[in-house]
Amino acid sequence: MMLNVLYFASLREAFGKPSEHISSPLPASVEALILLLRARGGIWSEALGSDKRWRVAVNQEMASMDTALNAGDEVAIFPPVTGG
Amino acid sequence: MIGNLQMLSGGNVNVMPTIRVQAEDFDVGAEMTALRAGNSKIGGIAAFVGLVRDVNNGAGVSTLTLEHYPAMTQKALVEIVDQARTRWEVIDATVIHRIGRLSPTDQIVLVLVASGHRGDAFQACEYIMDFLKTRAPFWKKESTVDGDLWVGARESDDAAASRWQSGQN
Repeated sequence: MMLNVLYFASLREAFGKPSEHISSPLPASVEALILLLRARGGIWSEALGSDKRWRVAVNQEMASMDTALNAGDEVAIFPPVTGG
Repeated sequence: MIGNLQMLSGGNVNVMPTIRVQAEDFDVGAEMTALRAGNSKIGGIAAFVGLVRDVNNGAGVSTLTLEHYPAMTQKALVEIVDQARTRWEVIDATVIHRIGRLSPTDQIVLVLVASGHRGDAFQACEYIMDFLKTRAPFWKKESTVDGDLWVGARESDDAAASRWQSGQN
């Protein structure tokens, strides 16, 4: 079992992929996932830095850093929205 | 079964709003006609049509490309309309957002709110637009002769949405 992690807009371009599966270790929260991604260094730590503006949705609902994650969740990470 | 429930609820039946995300243009008149068809409880429709501005001030041809998060977009828009319905009388509503490549003067978004009275229609329409701009997962990329650039979120949009929560309206 794993997480399906999606990236959109400028983050999709920065990371060079629209999605990936993350399985072991399965992060228990949004914060744990972000820390895991930042630990990759380079563009990951830069684009997901605490000084940057980005949003997370879990199963298509806006989430916060302490939102819990479970196997099978769809987690989307994206910049602030600019529609309308 | 659903028909029976609607009859029992005594007249103030909320219709499912029309929510679409599409590459094609939309016809405001046709959408209004469809929205009000056969519903004599509607006293007015407030409309907002968003257009693509020439962000480049004519210095070069610019286009916008709209990306979205398909699995979430519909859900987010339904939720925003539902929220508006808890605050104002919204008999029915239409929200259409375009995606793909757009040029200055193109229509990009349509919000129609049908209500018994104008006050509810105007406010619900503005509320839906404010939250669409800050909660619905769309992103604009601008292409100019100088290259491509993702449009940044504006703090004034966050402020516009948050004023509905601080009880100023």
